[in-house]
Amino acid sequence: MIAIFLTVVLTENYVLCQFLGICPFLGVSKKLNTAVGMSVAVIFVMALATAATYPINKYLLVKNGLEYLQTIVFILVIAALVQFVEIVLKKFIPSLYQALGIYLPLITTNCAVLGVVLLNVESGYNFAQSMVNSVGAGVGFMIAMIMFAGVRERLEGNDIPKSLQGFPSTLIAASLVSLSFQGFSGIVENIFA
Amino acid sequence: MAEKKSLGKEFSKGLISENPVLRLVLGTCPTLAVSVSVTNAIGMGIAATIVLICSNVVISALRKVIPSKIRIPAYIVVIASFVTIVQMLVKAFVPALNDALGVYLPLIVVNCIILGRAEAFAGKNPVAASFFDGLGMGIGFTFALIVMATVREIIGSGTFLEGIDSLTALFGVTSFTGFTLFENPIGVIVMAPGGFLVFGLVMALANKIAEGRGKPKAELKGCDACPMASACGAACVGGSCESSEKEEQAV
Repeated sequence: MIAIFLTVVLTENYVLCQFLGICPFLGVSKKLNTAVGMSVAVIFVMALATAATYPINKYLLVKNGLEYLQTIVFILVIAALVQFVEIVLKKFIPSLYQALGIYLPLITTNCAVLGVVLLNVESGYNFAQSMVNSVGAGVGFMIAMIMFAGVRERLEGNDIPKSLQGFPSTLIAASLVSLSFQGFSGIVENIFA
Repeated sequence: MAEKKSLGKEFSKGLISENPVLRLVLGTCPTLAVSVSVTNAIGMGIAATIVLICSNVVISALRKVIPSKIRIPAYIVVIASFVTIVQMLVKAFVPALNDALGVYLPLIVVNCIILGRAEAFAGKNPVAASFFDGLGMGIGFTFALIVMATVREIIGSGTFLEGIDSLTALFGVTSFTGFTLFENPIGVIVMAPGGFLVFGLVMALANKIAEGRGKPKAELKGCDACPMASACGAACVGGSCESSEKEEQAV
């Protein structure tokens, strides 16, 4: 269980090693506070989406031999769930809605969320393992976002060649952050060997 | 914004001037993930192009029927259906590609390019124009993938077109299995950091070329890269609330 968590946070970080959720990673990481807000919303939705799709997959799709519908069903569940969470938060916990609300619609099309749900099914995790994996993926996303937001704040206002300004320099910075995460490879296997 | 353009223009704009990856900065996740080998890039490009054309045509045909309030869920259902069809076809006919692309094949559903084109183009334009827009954007995406993959495969694996026989086997050709160029490649280029690095450099090159022609360079501002930007209020976080259209970014 701990191994799954550490693997997904460090060695197989969704953003930096598996390229899931790159759009928000590059888009929302300009400031530290928006990065944190987005990451919290992602953790929240990932955990909920896994909790919702696991029973649907096990008791509805697999039982009836409809596994091929997974993609359609999962994306619809995620989309509906995000809408639902938004409405519920707005009505009952306005303060949390204030903090997370604006990030929620963005998450529907975040490939990290659909990715974590599909990978849970693919890896054959049970319910507890799936939940740990999803929360871990979210935490990994958060770490990557926060680290990278810090790097980007430093990058602002530096003098860089014209054609490298903006997006290309961001990508190269991401490459260096990602390189540092490569250093974790093998660490989990060795701890739990 | 393109009502009066000819069909040929709809097609050709996706190739270079509005290349979805290099100019509109859409679909970065699959671009980074599958560009480790040219074979994967071609396979991914073809799969995404088919989905893009089909979903563009269907969404365009239904554009007067779909109420605008629920258009995003409706688009997602259409796209997800075609992705499932393509996924099943790939599994049946090119199983090696299915293994290579893994989770990124079903993830075409959330590929920003497809939803982005549905939102920015197919939902507003007639069927024929949408078809050519989809074709052009799809080929533009494939082209960008192949450029990235060529660099990464040659430097990172020391091979070129490795495993192409899994694709050509569809036409009964299995004799050509790619070149091996040299030993001891720089492995980090095919790993995650290399993806970011090569993408950054290719983007810089594309900017340089665009600059030479007096075009604005591709820029990622806040949520502009996200096709949902026009649909969701969150877009205002980063400043600009416009959709991902290049013309608006240029302002």
